Amino acid sequence: MSTSNITTQKVNFKVFRFNADEDYLPYYEDYNMDVTSEEVVLDILNRIKWDHDGSFSYRRSCRHGICGACAIKVNGRSTLACKENMSTMIELFGSELTIEPLSIKRAVKDMIIDKGDFWEKHDAIHPYLISDVDEHPEHEHIVTPEEADRLLEADLCIQCGACHYACPALEVNDRFLGPAAFAKAYRFEADVRDQARNERLQELHSEEQGIWDCVKCFECAEVCPKDVNPIDKITKLHLMLFKEGVATSNVATRHAVGFKHSIAKHGMLDEGGLVLYSEGPGIVKHIPVALQMFRKGKIVMPWNMPKSDNLDEIQKLIKSSSTAKF
Amino acid sequence: MKKLKYALFTGCTAKQSTPEQMMSTLAIAEKLNIELVELTEASCCGASHLQDYDDFLSLVLNARNIAYAEKHELTMVTICNTCQLNTAMTKHRLDNNADLKAKVNEKLAEVGLEYKGTSNIIHFLYAIIDDIGLDKIAEMVTTPLTQFNIAPFYGCHNIRPSELQNESHKTKESAYRPTSLDDLIIACGGQTVEYVEKNKCCGFHVELQAPKTAAILTGNAIAGAMDGNADWMVTPCPLCHLKLDTQTHHASQAIGREVKLPVLHMQQMIGLALGCSSEELGLKHHVTKVDFI
Ligand code: SF4
Ligand code: SF4
Ligand code: FES
Repeated sequence: MSTSNITTQKVNFKVFRFNADEDYLPYYEDYNMDVTSEEVVLDILNRIKWDHDGSFSYRRSCRHGICGACAIKVNGRSTLACKENMSTMIELFGSELTIEPLSIKRAVKDMIIDKGDFWEKHDAIHPYLISDVDEHPEHEHIVTPEEADRLLEADLCIQCGACHYACPALEVNDRFLGPAAFAKAYRFEADVRDQARNERLQELHSEEQGIWDCVKCFECAEVCPKDVNPIDKITKLHLMLFKEGVATSNVATRHAVGFKHSIAKHGMLDEGGLVLYSEGPGIVKHIPVALQMFRKGKIVMPWNMPKSDNLDEIQKLIKSSSTAKF
Repeated sequence: MKKLKYALFTGCTAKQSTPEQMMSTLAIAEKLNIELVELTEASCCGASHLQDYDDFLSLVLNARNIAYAEKHELTMVTICNTCQLNTAMTKHRLDNNADLKAKVNEKLAEVGLEYKGTSNIIHFLYAIIDDIGLDKIAEMVTTPLTQFNIAPFYGCHNIRPSELQNESHKTKESAYRPTSLDDLIIACGGQTVEYVEKNKCCGFHVELQAPKTAAILTGNAIAGAMDGNADWMVTPCPLCHLKLDTQTHHASQAIGREVKLPVLHMQQMIGLALGCSSEELGLKHHVTKVDFI
């Protein structure tokens, strides 16, 4: 094998160290290494352990991007260590790289975290097929390729937690089930053999778990090493809630539906009207901010509401294209 | 310099709660010799919420908006990150799925329109960088913002999902280390502030349904910029602007710390550097007072 294209570069690694049994506070250790362009992040973790400090701890198993064990953060970005090339990391962040566990607050030993919250949330969505199976079937249960396609990429998830610990909504809201759990829920919701679709959807819609709290930041889509695109699955679950008649009237559902009403009336969104429609009597809590905005000329009065030209076209299209009911 | 011409998709916010964004867009377009043809027929893009309720309707309405830009044979520029995402995502889906495109066009035909896929859709920030260039902007600066530390706030929907954004503009942008806004600050003569929240979410889209989540994210963003010693923040997104400018009280309560900084639209920052007056840029419309001019 020719080695002529392999380049070497000096990199300074700042590595998170913590042993919950011994340390009161975490600290960072510096390791300077020559890194070759063909190494992956996991090679660096191995070299820290083998060449520098045998007590350094991390998880890995398959080294093929399929077991999900090795996810960590490099410069704040969730990364699957055995899949991510060092050259990509250097191109992205330069030669000063900080290596941290997926969640600092859940660190147990160095890169190893307590993933209990991830699994609890995973369990909460009933992550298995629920079906009355005939014990003595006369023929197999055939799923057509088109039906299998509905799962999209959702069944590719390796439960690495990269998206879960990158999600800003989850970071500040413990109840939120998070992108991986929702992507998994979608995987079973989209399966034609599953018979618990309605019940599962109802659970996802419940306020306690907050499917509506996704801030739509696309972090999960960006970090997922298997291209599961969890936010896309969350959107599909929202659509299912309406389609299957599970959605009940709350601020979040009215907020989504309010857009259609507003567009039908004005073409444009009536911002004040949408808040009123979504919040109902709860609008009173917005009055102080609304007054400040009003003073600065930031509120348009209903009689001055701008309208799109050719509004009749928009109304005609809404009538003929909209299938959703609520 | 050759006159640039674009179809302007204003979105709804510039027509209502951020009038200063519309004013400053027009003011800098004139300075930069850009002609903007406003798409007055356009409807709301659905702001990433309509698609949770009625995905097909959201596609049809966005395709209609693009069809109007195509009628003018112009590139569409957007001035809102979320409008950019919704419109570009519609284009991406229709251009990559002939069946879906045919279904959408069947509807558009009812009103005599057709989506062809001929117009590019680009955020004004990237149109300026791609088509005018940072060097040229720097040359045109008459009032360099030398004395200011400016914290760039990118907004999710301009940088993620990255493959979609990089379809519309030539400026290479990384979701993890975006540079366009930093480069623009430097071109305007200012100092850019490095802070971890600069490419994080402001929480706008859940302000009604999850106010606490939204307020913490807003608070963290302003606090990060303050800790980076910023004099003010700048953003290309009017939704981020609204959140950071008008919600400081809730944000301060949510994170237990007083946070407040003036937040300018990217157009206002460029306008200041090009010598526009504060009246032209609508600086009096900010809730968090712009008190450094
Ligand atoms: S898009 Fe939603 S689920 Fe995904 S990371 Fe952001 S908040 Fe979390
Ligand atoms: S969705 Fe992707 S990032 Fe999230 S746990 Fe599964 S494989 Fe990992
Ligand atoms: S070691 Fe299995 S995914 Fe990395």
